[in-house]
Amino acid sequence: MTVDTRIPAVSSLAQNQLPRATTPVLLVLSLAAGAGLSAALGFSWAWFAVFFIVLFAVVNTTVSGVVEGRRKATDKLVTTLVYTAFGLALIPLISVSWSVVDNGLERFGADFLTTSMRNVTGLNDQQAVDGEAEFIGGAYHALLGTFLITGLATLISVPIGLLTSIYLVEYGRGRLARAITFFVDVMTGIPSIVAGLFAAALFAVLFGVGTRNGFAGAVALSVLMIPVVVRSSEEMLRIVPNELREAAYALGVPKWRTIVRVVVPTAISGIASGVTLAIARVVGETAPLIVTAGFTSSINSNPFSEWMMSLPAYVYSQAMRPLSGSVPEPSFDRAWAAALTLVLIVMLLNLIARLIARLFSPKTGR
Amino acid sequence: MTTTANPPPRQATPAPRAKARPGDRIFSWSTRTAGVLILVVLAGVAAFLIVEALPTFQADPAEIDGGEGFFSYVWPLVFGTLAAAVIALIIATPLALGIALFISHYAPRRMAQGLGYVVDLLAAIPSVVYGLWGIQWLAPRVQGAWAWLADNLGFIPIFTGPASATGRTMLTAGVVLAVMILPIITAISREVFLQTPTLHEEAALALGATRWEMIRMAVIPFGRPGIISGIMLGLGRALGETMAVAMVLSTGGFTWSMVTSGNNTIAAEIALDFPESSGLKTNTLIAAGLVLFAITLAVNMFARWVVSRRKEFSGAN
Amino acid sequence: MSKRIDVGDLNVYYGSFLAVEGVSMAIEARSVTAFIGPSGCGKSTFIRTLNRMHEVIPGARVEGKVMLDGEDLYAANVDPVTVRRQVGMVFQRPNPFPTMSIRDNVLAGMKLNSKRMRKAEADDVVEQSLKGANLWNEVKDRLDKPGSGLSGGQQQRLCIARAIAVQPEVLLMDEPCSALDPISTLAIEDLIGELKQNYTIVIVTHNMQQAARVSDRTAFFNIAGTGKPGKLIEMDDTTKIFTNPSVKATEDYVSGRFG
Repeated sequence: MTVDTRIPAVSSLAQNQLPRATTPVLLVLSLAAGAGLSAALGFSWAWFAVFFIVLFAVVNTTVSGVVEGRRKATDKLVTTLVYTAFGLALIPLISVSWSVVDNGLERFGADFLTTSMRNVTGLNDQQAVDGEAEFIGGAYHALLGTFLITGLATLISVPIGLLTSIYLVEYGRGRLARAITFFVDVMTGIPSIVAGLFAAALFAVLFGVGTRNGFAGAVALSVLMIPVVVRSSEEMLRIVPNELREAAYALGVPKWRTIVRVVVPTAISGIASGVTLAIARVVGETAPLIVTAGFTSSINSNPFSEWMMSLPAYVYSQAMRPLSGSVPEPSFDRAWAAALTLVLIVMLLNLIARLIARLFSPKTGR
Repeated sequence: MTTTANPPPRQATPAPRAKARPGDRIFSWSTRTAGVLILVVLAGVAAFLIVEALPTFQADPAEIDGGEGFFSYVWPLVFGTLAAAVIALIIATPLALGIALFISHYAPRRMAQGLGYVVDLLAAIPSVVYGLWGIQWLAPRVQGAWAWLADNLGFIPIFTGPASATGRTMLTAGVVLAVMILPIITAISREVFLQTPTLHEEAALALGATRWEMIRMAVIPFGRPGIISGIMLGLGRALGETMAVAMVLSTGGFTWSMVTSGNNTIAAEIALDFPESSGLKTNTLIAAGLVLFAITLAVNMFARWVVSRRKEFSGAN
Repeated sequence: MSKRIDVGDLNVYYGSFLAVEGVSMAIEARSVTAFIGPSGCGKSTFIRTLNRMHEVIPGARVEGKVMLDGEDLYAANVDPVTVRRQVGMVFQRPNPFPTMSIRDNVLAGMKLNSKRMRKAEADDVVEQSLKGANLWNEVKDRLDKPGSGLSGGQQQRLCIARAIAVQPEVLLMDEPCSALDPISTLAIEDLIGELKQNYTIVIVTHNMQQAARVSDRTAFFNIAGTGKPGKLIEMDDTTKIFTNPSVKATEDYVSGRFG
């Protein structure tokens, strides 16, 4: 077998092709030119980035357009745009994470997590800044409030949400099921502040105007949490293979026992991780809590009476209403530390959800 | 126990109404009750909000904030709500689609997975944290840019100067909202981009398409309903988002300018005023909440309609 | 139109795994060449290297030469996009773009190059390509319906129409009939017979009768065992391969005495 391996002087396949090094070379040139131009204007990173990207996009696209044609030029322009979008989006995302960690660590620590704000005033902050006293004031009461309110919301939402999803997957046919599906969708779109207003209005009607306590906050969060739990559990129950149900029925197991013993356990890891994610979602909700649970600087461990602080509300009040108007920095530091705490809780919940999904997923034979 | 007919194996067909076991009856009853409870709660949300909002419409217009009735009270808030959301959407949509494409079709595979995870985590960061970042980090840094806009593009109504000295303006709030909804739109678009059948991508490539042409031929048409629902979800979030605006914006009366302080959104107005409100003001705020609910509901319905409209050409079959 | 392909000592890797080793062959213009062999022997992997579609799979790379009328597809500076315009491909499962109508599917490749085509011109391309794929009579009344509404066999012929609309030099077919029923298979086989008058056709098939029916030359690939690379065992005229192959393994395989 003879193989033809002549190489023509210029392959027609390689016609109108720029050498591979073109893009990197142009990139370096644009970097240099961008640096030069922005330096001429008095250097700033913003101008540097603008000059560099615009220069590179224009030159790279033009060169490619002239040599390689319109299609390749479009392709290269889009590639530049996609990379730029990504780079641009990194700025706020990195900055948010960095601000939270950097500013949060200022005050974050065991002391912060175990003390409340009771009897802490602007005077203390003033003295702390002047170096006359220790920094005091933490977020224990807010942490406790967040745990109680979120816990109550979970207690309300999970049974309702799980049972509803079982109804939708295993029993629900016809109009009622369609109505529930539809309204769960509607519920997903309720703005959190409206959920807060609902709970506030409900408690105002039932217990008198101005009633605020942790339980009202939990009710508000439940309105936000139930649809999330229904959706995720429904999805998990639907992927349980029908063969399993059939196998149980064939053994003469009643339907409800099949569901409780076979279907739900098969899907439990997915359901649990969905619930965890739902908790992570509502734990940071602020707006519904400031209209239902209110603010306080003291520890309150009874969610059924008196105002109750939560971490998000704590962040909000420390940032917006510093204890001392003249030296707000200690309050800002507290806000950041509480924000860090909140972010850590959310991350932890996300991590747990992932672990549950991985560790307890049903072992398939394959 | 008798060995009468087992329930039919297919769960799609309801068991013939022979004698249902008590266990079955109790269990199915309790699941149905839970479902009905959700409907009741939702009806409750609507009923309580309407009942509590009613006094606003019965009251003397002069007693409402602003003294000219509910409508003239609420429309600047509606304007603010829409303005903030539109700014956020204009900034976030192209960026989010860019990042989603970067993760799904441009980045090296190993990097892409990590990035996807990071985006998911960012979507989980509470809004109050974004608000705090917006007021303390972002506002002082963008102030200069807004001043530049007011100086050079001030003839456009939305950039009318003088720019706020603190940077706590509608435009800043819009940017914060954009950062918040960025991960949401990104996560959903990335998901549908990754689900594009390899078959279609290969079909495009085998015709001699460049990467971008392949994306336009196979990825975007397939992902369009997903992209739209992602954008709508982002819009819904931006409309209903409270804290970022409540914290970042230095609120005030209506103005076209997005670079001065002023304007407010419904959600932020409620969060700022409700805790200290009483009497008719409470009712007015609840009525405003109803308006917000109606707007978000309309957006969600629209999204669903768009997604279902071109079923025939969807990638589903 | 139609060019010959010469492959010189080609190795295909997935990461560090050598999937196909040392393939050299000559594929004549205007002929049908069939690749046969057991599952996993690398035929599909190899056919993808003929238009660089293997690059879609992460980690896949080749060593060696593939010459299209004397021009190396893997020379530095060759753009895979240019290659794929000349070497079209039809896949195992029909893959019309679900969001496009039948008409737009046929024009998909054309639209990439000439932005503005006059309607009459486009209509002409659609008709010629669909006629070329023996599909015109079945779909001429519903060109604006989605391509996904067609039967499997029709979808596959639509994909062939889409591939030939850009007038490639070579048409690669990776088990084009494996997802189709016998009648649709027959329609495609007839079509291949007609297409070879204008195109160089390379087809991977699991069906030895099909190889015997449609191809002029047949290449037999085999694999020594799991984890070993696939190799080209023998390539010859189809009649020779099926009646009097020179290698024992080929004879075992074509006579069904194999694994």
